[in-house]
Order: sequence, then structure tokens, then C-alpha cells
Amino acid sequence: MAGLHKSEFKNPVIRWVDTRLPLFTMMNKEYAVFPTPKNFNYFWNFGALASVQLIVMIATGVLLAMHYVPNAHMAYGSVQSIMRDVNYGWLLRYIHANGATMFFIVVYVHIFRGIYYGSYKNPRELLWMLGVVILLLMMATAFMGYVLPWGQMSFWGATVITNLFSAIPVVGNHITTWLWGGFAVGNPTLNRFFALHYLLPFVLLAVIGLHVAALHVTGSNNPLGIEVKGPQDTVPFHPYYTVKDSVGLCVFFLIYAAVVFFAPRFFMAPDNFIPANPLQTPPEIVPEWYFLPFYAILRSVPNKLGGVVLMFSSILVLFILPWLDTSKVRSARFRPMYRPFIFLLVIALVVLGEVGAHKPEGNWVLIGRLATTYYFLHFLVILPILGKIEKPLPLPESIGKPVLGGGPVPGGAAAKPMEHA
Amino acid sequence: MRPFILASLLAGGLVASAVVLPRSAQAQETALPHVNWSFEGPFGTYDRAAAQRGYQVYKEVCSACHSMQYVHFRDLAGIGLSPAQIKALAASVDVPTIKADGSAGTRPGLPSDAFPSPFPNPEAAAAANNGAIPPDQSQLLDARAGGADYIYAILTGYVKPPVGMHIAPGLYYNKYFPGHLIHMPQPLQADQVTYADGTKATIDQEAKDVTTFLAFVSNPEMEARKRMGVHIVLFLALLVGVTYAAKRKVWADVEH
Repeated sequence: MAGLHKSEFKNPVIRWVDTRLPLFTMMNKEYAVFPTPKNFNYFWNFGALASVQLIVMIATGVLLAMHYVPNAHMAYGSVQSIMRDVNYGWLLRYIHANGATMFFIVVYVHIFRGIYYGSYKNPRELLWMLGVVILLLMMATAFMGYVLPWGQMSFWGATVITNLFSAIPVVGNHITTWLWGGFAVGNPTLNRFFALHYLLPFVLLAVIGLHVAALHVTGSNNPLGIEVKGPQDTVPFHPYYTVKDSVGLCVFFLIYAAVVFFAPRFFMAPDNFIPANPLQTPPEIVPEWYFLPFYAILRSVPNKLGGVVLMFSSILVLFILPWLDTSKVRSARFRPMYRPFIFLLVIALVVLGEVGAHKPEGNWVLIGRLATTYYFLHFLVILPILGKIEKPLPLPESIGKPVLGGGPVPGGAAAKPMEHA
Repeated sequence: MRPFILASLLAGGLVASAVVLPRSAQAQETALPHVNWSFEGPFGTYDRAAAQRGYQVYKEVCSACHSMQYVHFRDLAGIGLSPAQIKALAASVDVPTIKADGSAGTRPGLPSDAFPSPFPNPEAAAAANNGAIPPDQSQLLDARAGGADYIYAILTGYVKPPVGMHIAPGLYYNKYFPGHLIHMPQPLQADQVTYADGTKATIDQEAKDVTTFLAFVSNPEMEARKRMGVHIVLFLALLVGVTYAAKRKVWADVEH
């Protein structure tokens, strides 16, 4: 048959499989010899960290699901049983619950990396947009996972967030009833949230597959934000980046382990150790830290529908970021005016996080509104204008020769890594 | 190196804000006194003697009103009770059961039984306590901002109310309770229990002991967790060093 793949593997078994299904050839091409810019800094660890973390979450999640009972009367007790009676159940749950926090830290740094080094620009727009889809899926998954222990904050958080949909004119109340499977958050809600919380990570896995596939078409961006000019600019992914990602992964696991083993309840709200009680609202309903900035945006608008629209827009605006940023230069290193604005954006987000943790009273309202205004101003006004008026610094000629203004090429040294391939 | 520092700063900042933000939402009304607990810190363990005395306080005082439904007699091995002691303690309670002829009855408890609850249902608990349901104590420590310090403060926080303050019947003044008016009457009195080990049963002592016991039942896995954590953190720290050395070696001949 003409269709058989020509395999270059020597091992007869691998070769037999590879000629019929060239998985080994693909893995070799995409993860071993894959030419990768040689100038990555440690920010480029975070994509790999995020994919590893998803696997950790799925593995622990599947094991937890074997002991968890998605029933409003039994959910809280089943979590207690996981913590007390299941062998190493406490370990699984602490890895999983704190894993959400670690996952969001990693993904937020990953997104910051993309914004700072302009990774979303032509030709990586679709790659970026798939990333935003991943963020949305992650948020939905995290939210539904938080409901499962069926504590007070689970219950009331679910009530607040699902109620947001009631702001939609005309059909809003029908949508919330449909989401709840009843007239309030209850057993049917818990059941479907469990089903979706189990399903969405696999959807995530698929979208991450597309994200990585798109990455392997365009190739990675790099700290200089200029395209790869030839083999002298790249190193094969293995061993150069497998080993560098391993360093980051070990540091990540070290911090993660410190949290899991020595401060596992640090990120957990005390109220969620009280079983869900539909008749008693906790004094304050605060979401997990990773949602606080968006919660603050929601509450900075006095109108419910307006707040909901603004909150969702704060994520959706990222979809059109590649077209809002009119500058052709990617890396903030060469954009003297863009740089301070990114740090302002980060400050605005941290401030919004702080605002989200407080009751919307007094100065917090004003601070929240100012930070919200800056957030949208940054994307919708500043970015489009900056690209027109900013004078970027001169770009280096190539990655292999990052010295500005030319000069003699250092004799062949840059090409050396390829000899390892 | 600079971007690495930037990356760590950003990651650190995210961790820091993640740490600061949820806490700042729950400011305490009255500052809690801090007690040096045996179970604090990365190597802390439960003081066995205090936890056993605490169990006595729970059994003789707290359990009159509070349930502890997720804790089983067998769990008491974690505070140093022997299998024989646990068996005897469990056998001292009657557990509802269905007898062979189908009629309701009781049987002596087993180590696998959960601690008995004082009330058959929440309605009975509320009816007996002026409308307030005494919270289950299985994980009370984690369910309150301030944890052990808060529980200890509440137990020792019954003081004279400010002059002129009206206190409705069935409510009690507590310095540390949010809003100061609590449904629980002062639970501990001096010499309310007689400790077998001769420790003097002051209110302060009883409060510390029972808090240690409540800390244990909230996190029975703590000692095993910290032991495992020390090993894992040391191993990972070593692995970071080895991996970084490998990375330096691999990258040694690349100009970048």
C-alpha cells in the first residue's frame, strides 16, 4: 500500500506501529527535534506547567470522584469521609483543592507573558483566542468544582453566580430556573454541576490540544518578539527545553507541596466548613481569590445587567486584543510607552482583587470604579492609540545576533546547538 | 536572569495577593489573644495529654449539646488511646439498631461507630436551645476565622457586659463573639471536670485542652501530613538542585 508511513525508527516494534500510525514520528517531530527559539526566559515555563497541572487535576479528580457523592444530603458528609476515612483521601483532596489555586497562578502568569511579549499578534491570533477559550472553560470548571463540597460558600456562591443570568432581559428568570433544575439552587443543581465538572476538563484537554497544535504551526514567540530567521536562532525542544521546563516544574511542585502539606486550608474560606444551609446567608459571600477582580468589576456598576455585561466583557475583550493592539512590534522590551501601561494594568487587576474582597462600601466603590475604568481604557483606547503614536526602539536583526545595529556575526558559535539534534 | 527575577516576582506577587486578599475580607472585631499551641508550625504535633484531657471535657461538657457526627471512636487512636480503651469507651454508649425481629432497639457501641449526637434532629436541638442549633464540632476549628485562637477566646470570653447593655433572656455576653451576644451560656467552670492526671481544672486549662482536642478532630491527618511534607519538600528541594545542574550542563554550549 502506498499509504504506509516511511518510518525512520530502527526498533522493529516501534517501526511496525509507526508505519501504520506515525505517532512516534509525530512525537519526535513535535517534541524532540521541534525547533524552538533559543532565547526563552523562565516565563516560557508556564505553558508546560499549566498542562502538567491539568493532568494533576484530572488524576486527583477522577480518584476523588470514586468517593464523592453528588447528592445534596450526602455531599458534605462524603467529603468528610474522604478527609477522614479514605486512605490518603486528605492528600488527594488537598492536592485537588489547592491545585485550582496553583492552576490559576500559573495560567495568569502565562497570560501575562503573552501580553508582555505580544504573543497574541499576527500570526498567533487564533492561538491566543483558543487560550481565552481555555481560560473561560477553566473558570467554569473551577466555579462548579467549588460548589461540590456543598458548604455554605459553595451553596451561596452558586446562588450568586447563577443569579447573574437573571439579569438578562425577558428570558433571564427562565434561564436561571433552567440552570438550577428547580426554583433555587438544590439537589438537581449539584447533580448537574458534578456532571459538568467531570466533563469540562476533558473539553479543556481537547481545546489545549488545539492550542498546542496551533502553536506548532506558528512556532513559539520569544522574549525579543521577532521571528526565527533560521536554524542558528533555534535549539531542538529536547533536551534544551525539556530540561529547562523540568527546572520550572520542580520549583512549581516545591511551592505546591509546601502549600498542600503545611498550609492546606490557607485558601479555603472558613464558611465552607459549615454545611450548606439555604435558610442562612453567610455575612459575606466572597468568591475564591482568582475570581475577585472580576467580582469587583461586576459590583462596580450600580445596575445589575450593566455589571454582568461588564464582567463578561472583561474577559471577552481579550478575544479581540490582537486587533485592538495596533503596534506591529511584539515584545514590550522595544515598546517604551507600552511597558508602563502593562504594569498599570497589572496594578489595576491587583487593586480590583483587593476591592473584590471588601464589601462595596465607602471608598472601595470609587477605587473599584477607577480600576475598572482603567482596565477597559487600557484595552479599548490606550492600546489602539499607542500603536499609532509610539516610536518603538530598534529591533535586533535576529535572535542569534541580538546585538543592536549589526556588527560582525560571531563565528558559527550560534549554530552549534543543532549538532546535538 | 532578569526575566527570571521578573517571573518570580510576578508569581510571588500573585501568591502574595492570593494570600492577602481572602484574609482581609474577615477582619476580627476584637483582637484574639494568641495561644502557643502544640500543633502549630511545620513540625507541631498534638499534645497527647492535653488532647486526652480535652476529650474528657468534650465528653462531659460539650457533648451535652454539640454533636460530632463525623468522628468515630476508632479515631481516638490519634490522641494516643489504646485499642482496649477505645473499645471500652465505645461500648459505654448505646447505639440505635434494628434487632433481628425487626423491632427498634439499641446495642453497645463499637470502635467503628460515630460519636453519638445529643439530639435526634436539628429541630430538637433548636427547641432545646432557645432556637439556636449548637454547631457540629467535627470541623469547628476550620469553620471559624481565627481557628484555635478563636475557639479558646470564645470559651474564656464570658465577661461582665458593659454597663447599661440590655441582654435578652437566653443570650449571653461574650467579648469575642461577633456582635457579642451568644446563645451558648458559659460552658466551662473551674473544676467542672476532674482530670485523672491531676492537672488543675481551671477554666483556662479546660479551654486549652478542649481546643487541642477540637483541633485534632478537625484535622486528624495533620501529623501524618506534616511528616510526609517534610520528606517531600526536602526531596523536591534536592531535585530542583539536580535539575538545575542538568540544565546548566545541557545549555553550557549554547550562546543565549
